[in-house]
Amino acid sequence: MVPLQWYLVLSAAIFCVGLYAVLARRNAIVILMGIELMLNAVNINLLAFWRYTQPEAAVGQAFAAFVYAVAAAEVAVGLALIVSIYRNRETVDVDEINLLKW
Amino acid sequence: MTVQQVLFFLFGAIALGAAIGMVTARKVFHAALWMLLAFFGVAGLYVLLEAPFFAAAQLFVYMGAIGVLIIYAIMLTRGMMRQRLPRVNDQWWFAGLLAAVLLVVLVWLVWQHPWATTTAAAPEDSLNRLGLTLVDPEGFALPFEVASVLLVMALIGAVTIVRER
Repeated sequence: MVPLQWYLVLSAAIFCVGLYAVLARRNAIVILMGIELMLNAVNINLLAFWRYTQPEAAVGQAFAAFVYAVAAAEVAVGLALIVSIYRNRETVDVDEINLLKW
Repeated sequence: MTVQQVLFFLFGAIALGAAIGMVTARKVFHAALWMLLAFFGVAGLYVLLEAPFFAAAQLFVYMGAIGVLIIYAIMLTRGMMRQRLPRVNDQWWFAGLLAAVLLVVLVWLVWQHPWATTTAAAPEDSLNRLGLTLVDPEGFALPFEVASVLLVMALIGAVTIVRER
């Protein structure tokens, strides 16, 4: 059987790649993709802990299901905002979206 | 090395390699395709974790719904694909450093902690139990209903935000 640590290390690596995408990329759509990657890493963790510590309880799976629902809501609203910003400002470069910055 | 471990390395390499391909891709559309491949690798990991429902949901929700939404958004903002801008902002080295430090700390934490794991097999009816937990008033019935309200609100909010005035 695969040790639990392997899953945790892999999901930590995917999380950090997603974090880098969120902090460093300029295109707002790629930043949203990075957030999806981070949520996926969290889900791997939740399901790995469910499988390796309490497989008879469904709590870990329930949390993973909620992460799915919230991720779907987040990506719908986030992409709507990006499309709306693009209509008004002709860009999705987060360096140029600075209306709230002073 | 058992078959499971080989499959873990295969799907883990697909997921991690595609994730790295996503953050380094020059074109946004290529980044989206790499992202779909990363989701596929994660779905394989869910099968290994004996959560086939989540593997199927990963294919439908992430690769299907979210993938299509993101590709639609890229098409709707396609003026961005023509511009020759640098991919990363000028604090990319700090972001990379932060991500690397976080990775080192997390890996160190994971390896030095003695995890109390069980080798018990996953119950045959684990999906059944999940369904019952989600609608059990003692369990997650209230968050479950709130999640459906959240999805409706996100739907209405997204339509309101992008509506032409």
